[in-house]
Amino acid sequence: MPIEVCHLTHCYSEGSAFRTVALDDVSFRIDDGEFVGVIGHTGSGKSTLVQHLNGLLRPSSGQVLINGEDLNGEHVNRRALRQRIGLVFQYPEYQLFEETVAKDIAFGPKNQGLSADEIAERVRYAMDCVHLDYDKYAERSPFELSGGQMRRVAIAGVLAMRPSVLILDEPTAGLDPRGRDKILSMLEELHARENTTILMVSHSMDDMARLATRLIVMSEGKIVVEGTPREIFAREDMMTSIGLDVPDAARLCARLRTMGYNLPADLFRPEELKEQLLRLWKEGSAC
Amino acid sequence: MLNNITMGQYYPVDSRVHRLDPRIKLILTIVFIVIVFIARTFLGYAVILAFVYLASRLANVPFRMLLRGLKPLRLIIILTFLLNLLFTTGETLWLEFWIVRITKEGFMQAAFYSLRLVFLVIGTSLLTLTTSPVSLADAIEILLTPLKKIHFPAHELAMMMTIALRFIPTLLEETDKIMKAQMARGADFESGNLISRAKAMVPLLVPLFVSAFRRAGDLAMAMESRCYHGGDGRTRLRVLKITKNDWIACGVMAVLLALIILEGIFL
Repeated sequence: MPIEVCHLTHCYSEGSAFRTVALDDVSFRIDDGEFVGVIGHTGSGKSTLVQHLNGLLRPSSGQVLINGEDLNGEHVNRRALRQRIGLVFQYPEYQLFEETVAKDIAFGPKNQGLSADEIAERVRYAMDCVHLDYDKYAERSPFELSGGQMRRVAIAGVLAMRPSVLILDEPTAGLDPRGRDKILSMLEELHARENTTILMVSHSMDDMARLATRLIVMSEGKIVVEGTPREIFAREDMMTSIGLDVPDAARLCARLRTMGYNLPADLFRPEELKEQLLRLWKEGSAC
Repeated sequence: MLNNITMGQYYPVDSRVHRLDPRIKLILTIVFIVIVFIARTFLGYAVILAFVYLASRLANVPFRMLLRGLKPLRLIIILTFLLNLLFTTGETLWLEFWIVRITKEGFMQAAFYSLRLVFLVIGTSLLTLTTSPVSLADAIEILLTPLKKIHFPAHELAMMMTIALRFIPTLLEETDKIMKAQMARGADFESGNLISRAKAMVPLLVPLFVSAFRRAGDLAMAMESRCYHGGDGRTRLRVLKITKNDWIACGVMAVLLALIILEGIFL
């Protein structure tokens, strides 16, 4: 299910003194099986964009095409489409409401009108995806879990609908490094195993460096640049000019290069930087 | 979805009326209500209308903003008019058919009582339009302070009001967010009969309550860690001060009161 966004513009409080343009003529395309990262500063329109992809907001102008079909067309069943495009909001753990973890995860599939067996199967599948042990957690109250576990339950609640596209808005915000790592490896696995298209919004460049196959950089409601992480993270000047960082490894690499170390310009993953440094070490030609 | 709801109706511009001490404004509004009740003739109401109009001009608030406050009450006003019109007995018959008798006295009384309602609403709207909810809560606290002698929790009451007002927009935003999140999971808030709609509210209300309690806990913690322990010995950031402006306002209101009392005696 490719997603195509054409000249999408969104204004909040249209026609009043508080009118603000959150998205300004945004166009891009996401193909099946991609892992796209959307990065941008606070207020750059990322969250607004994400809600458009799911039909929760109506564009002021422009179109969102899902599989070639206009999401806001007259005869489109938006509820059905929403279930094919799973959207995980920021801090999704605040949307948990059921007595048990299993029941909460079953909410989505239940709304899809599936049979009880199918729902039970989906719950097991989703809990497996997010690495929560079914026997241990299914009957516990979601409110007595840790923050990271609650978030994984909430993500499972979306995965249980078996969406073909998964959209996540800041899935690692406010988690400790371990919780963050768990979510990221879970997404990595999901992308590799099921070939689910994933679009992730984040301002953690290190998360993006680890996962994304393509990046979309936004600033003030516009797309500034699009490209592979390697292309984008090599342009530290451009990133700092719109108030964004590059991953720690890329920054370290740039610093070492200015000190005269013979390193390639486009390193951004810790592992590849390590490899290159080891190579230099072995060659014994530090400078 | 919910951004059409504006809370309170404070109209944020700067004017002499906005700058009045909220305590004075509150007391003057009460005086104004008394004036509306003691006025006896349409001439008195004309004076009051002129006063309200001038006050709204002085406050930089469009007169139609004041009239907007009447909208939710229009049914009551119309009902008051009709009941008085139909059920007041009088001498001068204007119209009679079937069991309906409309007399001059009935019409006068109907017009008078509905105008009285209109003035009450407009007068109090002028207060809420020109005073921010927070300073209004401040004013209420100070005016209730004497009641502390009989252990009335004036400060606590005002603090509760302030906090409640502060959190209304936050909760609205939260509601919007949770609603969208559940819609993304296929929840349907818009169709179905009453019972299925009520049931559909559960996934919205439970998280909302959970987060409200969480916020309340956080806020209590934050207040305690900054040594909040109730109103005793607490000073204020914005000390309310009575200025020349306030005395002028009191004078104007006194003149209005005198006019209306004189009108009651001589007309």
